[in-house]
Amino acid sequence: MSPADTLRFATRAALGYPLRTALMVLAMSIGVAAVVMLTALGDGARRYVVEEFSALGANLLIVLPGRTETGGVNPGSFVSSTPRDLTNDDAAALLRLPLVQRVAPLTVGNSEISVGGRLREVMVLGTTADYLGIRGFGVAGGQFLPREDFGRATAVAVIGETIRAELFGNENAIGRMIRLGDRRLRVIGIMGPAGRGLGMNSDELVLVPVATAQAMFNTNALFRIMVETRGREALGPAQRQVEDLLRARRDGELDFTVITQDAVLGTFDRILGALTLGVAGIAAISLAVAGILVMNVMLVAVTQRTGEIGLLKALGASTGAIRLAFLAEAGLLSLAGAVAGFALGHAGAWGIRLAFPALPAWPPDWAVAAAVGTALTTGLLFGVMPARRAAALDPVQALMKR
Amino acid sequence: MAQIELDGINRIFQLGDSQVHALCDVSLRIEAGEYVSVMGPSGSGKSTLLNLLGLLDRPNSGHYRLEGRDVTTLSADEQAAVRSARIGFVFQSFHLVPRLTAAENIALPLMLAGMPAHERTRRVAQALKDFGLEARAHHRPEELSGGQRQRVAIARATIMRPAMLLADEPTGNLDRATGQEVTALLEDLNAAGMTLIVVTHDPVMGERARRRVLMEDGAIRQDLRRGPEPA
Repeated sequence: MSPADTLRFATRAALGYPLRTALMVLAMSIGVAAVVMLTALGDGARRYVVEEFSALGANLLIVLPGRTETGGVNPGSFVSSTPRDLTNDDAAALLRLPLVQRVAPLTVGNSEISVGGRLREVMVLGTTADYLGIRGFGVAGGQFLPREDFGRATAVAVIGETIRAELFGNENAIGRMIRLGDRRLRVIGIMGPAGRGLGMNSDELVLVPVATAQAMFNTNALFRIMVETRGREALGPAQRQVEDLLRARRDGELDFTVITQDAVLGTFDRILGALTLGVAGIAAISLAVAGILVMNVMLVAVTQRTGEIGLLKALGASTGAIRLAFLAEAGLLSLAGAVAGFALGHAGAWGIRLAFPALPAWPPDWAVAAAVGTALTTGLLFGVMPARRAAALDPVQALMKR
Repeated sequence: MAQIELDGINRIFQLGDSQVHALCDVSLRIEAGEYVSVMGPSGSGKSTLLNLLGLLDRPNSGHYRLEGRDVTTLSADEQAAVRSARIGFVFQSFHLVPRLTAAENIALPLMLAGMPAHERTRRVAQALKDFGLEARAHHRPEELSGGQRQRVAIARATIMRPAMLLADEPTGNLDRATGQEVTALLEDLNAAGMTLIVVTHDPVMGERARRRVLMEDGAIRQDLRRGPEPA
């Protein structure tokens, strides 16, 4: 029997039982679609986080107060348990390190902004002039925060584009006075559209000098200090310098954490990569179930068509030809299921992207290949046993069945 | 050398712990072009004999020479090749593949033998014409009458131009008129030189054969010939 004839015969056989074939293809396609969709979701989450952190810039160290330690108790634990705050002085000291190029202390809080009776809640970010360069943002109009001593609480503000549109509409905003909490500030600039990063949207921010924000929120503490190093290769040494300096400034105690973007990225990448693999594994179980279903369906097919198999043998079909015909049928069923599942999975991923535009939910290539490959392999593998059973039937016995 | 030579054939079936001697020391010679009917009560071993002749079954002992070649020792696939080329089967229940059309059913042996599609179409068209089935070529078995179904089955059995045709109760599922039609068709094929071996319960059909083999308890009781031997 020629390969083309085998395929045609198997196709006719599969189409001869439309309901059975449709259910089989459905089961297989659900398995494949599950793998494609869930990995799209997992990988989308991973890419989302990676993009968020990539927006920070590459040569960045982030200093945060407090230290999360997993480990035993050390003598220091009994002396003090509350970490000391990071202050503007710390930030200023960091700026003097040789490997450090720029420093931006950050304080954040929520406040109310009002102009001429219009009022809304905003996120206030207290920082300094270098923040703009470190984050790679731009100013659409006016100027950014003035370069001045970290301790000076100048009464100026730079507002995001959305805030500007909501409060001033078509009027010119620059030079106008706004009320932020209990303070009156002059608008000196408008942030350019820069996108998101770390959950902050610069369009909806009000940026003020760090000391102004600290006075407004009645604190000396900083939320973060962003440190830009001189070049990417300086990241490691700079991290040690920063740690040494800050430790020296707080009596040798390491009650702060310095993280690099790479470390954060790497961790998230690993966690979310494992998550993706996990959901892919769970989805793969449905593929295995579909494989068992292929076997069941094919075994039923062999029983159903016992008479036909006997006839084929009487007509001179070799055992190999019969085995191949049934194997081809199993393969075709899985192939149809894999293709349908592939389409279904992509449609699902498209749906996810539509529902959550922020999530780049594209299934990774390896997952798609693995899903389709596994579907085909399981289908063929589980088709071997029924095919062998069909080929091994005794023609006399088979012909007696109707 | 006869076309079919059976020597001391025994076929024993194991049913539970009892043995059933379906064929006891059967020896038979059939010349090419003969018309043989095999008759006998149920369980006399005539179907087993036919299965053996068609290489669907193997004897426990004895020798079967088909056209001078010992076929008892062949492997299953070698026997399949012999069946494909030399033997045609006609069954009581037609055994047509329900999802295939009449033409496709007739083409099955050609397809299994690996004949290219265009040559197949030509051969099948000729067969459809010979058996008066042209109008029914694209009908499925369920849309055909009993007589038409058996004609499709005979067309399929003869499409490879086998040396012998084995028919197991070919008229068993047909009414008298169509039965006679089918019998005439088989006899025409025999007249054209094909060896015809028919297993039947029907004494009328059995009487028509030039040679009548009567079986009982797995052995040949009678072997009657009538008229002149075929050349």
